[in-house]
Amino acid sequence: MSGIPHDHYEPKSNAEKYIHRRLPIVGLIYDTIMLPTPKNLNWMWIWGIVLMLCLVLQIVTGIVLAMHYTPHVDHAFASVEHIMRNVNGGHMLRYLHQNGSMLFFFAVYLHMFRSMYYGSYKAPREITWIIGMLIYLAMMATAFMGYVLPWGQMSFWGATVITGLFGAVPGIGDMLQTWLLGGPAVDNAALNRFFSLHYLLPFVILGLSIVHIWAFHTTGNNNPTGVEVRRTSKEEAEKDTLPFWPYFVIKDLFALVVILAIFWALVGFMPNFLGHTDNYIEANPLVTPPEIVPEWYFLPFYAILRAFTSDVWIVIAVNWLSFGIIDATFFGVLAMFGSIFVWALLPWVDTSSVRSGRYRPMFKWWFWLFIINFVVLTWAGAMPAEGIYTTISLIGTTYWFAYFLVILPLLGVLEKPLPQPATIEEDFKASLKSKSDNDPKGPNAEPIPAE
Amino acid sequence: MKLRNFAVAALSALVLALPADMADAKKVKGEVTNFDFSFQGLTGTYDRNQLQRGLQVYHEVCSSCHGLEYVAFRTLSDRNGPELPDDQMRAFADMYEVWDDELRDWRPATGPDHFPESQFEGAPDLSLMTKARAGFSGPYGLGINQLMKGIGGPEYIASFLLGYTGEEDFQAGSMFYYNRAYGDWVSMAPVLFDDMVFYEDGTPATEEQMALDVAAFLTWTAEPKMVERKHAGFVGVIFLSVLAALLYLTNKQLWAPIKRAAKKD
Repeated sequence: MSGIPHDHYEPKSNAEKYIHRRLPIVGLIYDTIMLPTPKNLNWMWIWGIVLMLCLVLQIVTGIVLAMHYTPHVDHAFASVEHIMRNVNGGHMLRYLHQNGSMLFFFAVYLHMFRSMYYGSYKAPREITWIIGMLIYLAMMATAFMGYVLPWGQMSFWGATVITGLFGAVPGIGDMLQTWLLGGPAVDNAALNRFFSLHYLLPFVILGLSIVHIWAFHTTGNNNPTGVEVRRTSKEEAEKDTLPFWPYFVIKDLFALVVILAIFWALVGFMPNFLGHTDNYIEANPLVTPPEIVPEWYFLPFYAILRAFTSDVWIVIAVNWLSFGIIDATFFGVLAMFGSIFVWALLPWVDTSSVRSGRYRPMFKWWFWLFIINFVVLTWAGAMPAEGIYTTISLIGTTYWFAYFLVILPLLGVLEKPLPQPATIEEDFKASLKSKSDNDPKGPNAEPIPAE
Repeated sequence: MKLRNFAVAALSALVLALPADMADAKKVKGEVTNFDFSFQGLTGTYDRNQLQRGLQVYHEVCSSCHGLEYVAFRTLSDRNGPELPDDQMRAFADMYEVWDDELRDWRPATGPDHFPESQFEGAPDLSLMTKARAGFSGPYGLGINQLMKGIGGPEYIASFLLGYTGEEDFQAGSMFYYNRAYGDWVSMAPVLFDDMVFYEDGTPATEEQMALDVAAFLTWTAEPKMVERKHAGFVGVIFLSVLAALLYLTNKQLWAPIKRAAKKD
């Protein structure tokens, strides 16, 4: 499957040949798990496996939870309590599912940051990146709709605020919102369709994940140097790679089990740590909670949404230029969706020919500032939308867009990259030597300079 | 280098988790005392006698206004709960009346029935109150505190019951009472007074004792499977740790020849 030369499955016995002629499924599995994988992958390349496990965990626990859950405004909250009290192991299932979504997002962010640092999104892996972004969008939709299902206060008011964003679209907003909700407000119709879609979307994610894996199996994995695997012959490719099974399966499993142990401790000892307490109060359309906050993994975008108040000059300017069609609320909505859109554009806004951030001295700083900015926006999103917090959100939002639209395009021109190793093999040896020599720089002294 | 990158990335991502908790912390604006409860920490369990005393306080005091609609009477006999003997549980349920749709009449409650709902609009149901009022536990934002001391809901309930300053305010036809734990005026009057209940087990029924007992009982109503959950937590973490150790050794051995060969030339 991959462009890297390697051994393929050869059916030996007659039975194997019989099956292989009719359905080459064994060959497909063989080629998938024997994929030549760069030797030098570091521990940031484990998140894919973690994400795969998260998806399976969410689907399995979710299917069982759905057997006991009632999607009706009068019964939803009580049915969740029924799961917590009467269903065998129901309390663990629900806490695993609830915290599983958090692990899912935790892992997906690290997976994306890894891709951003090592330039995994660059040619020829743009389609892998785009499919990844589609998965991320589907995850956000799934998580949002799943959060509505327990029908607590934060479920209800979160749904009201988020669907209200579509109501901010000029002209057709009200119609759009009504169409989405199946009525004038968040009610039984909305709960039912959210339940239906919450059940559907994970399978869309599963399908996209398979395409995601297919895509990077075609191009081969990126690696911490960003240098391509040599493909002229099988012998040369084997100097740079090892088969995925068993070398990376065991490595990934080890990392996965360590993460699972921490996750299990969270579920067992403090399952409500990351949730909002108000969701243990049944939804009440007549009582607005003092603050409406989404789950932590949405907070950076919530901060961007709320950063644009009507006194910001760009909002005033756009409002004037659009004859009042684009007001502050709609501007915030555009900014929020725009922030994800520019993220998806990453392969085309990054003009540098060097993949890995390891050899990009200026990029490194801007990248880590992006990470810090992400954390700051997360924090600002949890704070009330007033005073200093909107200012911080506005600065953070500005950096977000500047990173993608100004800094990355310019860096490719301005930056003088460091020399890269000629081959993955060289980097692998150097990393082992540097460990034994205790020299952090490693003998990277005589690599061939980058073009 | 690789490891440092990884550590920095993991750390910054961990920081992401904090604001959600900080947001919760804002909810409690009054003063909450950090009482000690038997069910705190990794190995804490419910004190059966305390839950029974709390049940008594709920029954004699709170239940005149507040409901417990998600709690079935039969669960009062469950392990790791108040553990009332079956006959006592049935006798207790018999003191409550529930509406029967088939009889179209009220009848005495039995084991499978739930406690009644709240008697009037203004009094919230207490089944989940200790989870809906969480957020307090030492310095905010640090999960480690929640790990050791719990989510802070029972502390809030006890502080609330003990938090009346005695100040009263008559506004728009209703009486309001100042409560330190709430940090504002509330419409609920102080309800606990020394020796208002008589504990069978001889525990002196001081105001504080009753507040702590009912807070403990309400923690059980909110999280009846807590002990089972912590047990599952221990078993899971131990199994996964052993598995991780085995996989670590397997991985090391698997890669050893590859690394040796790479170091040689």
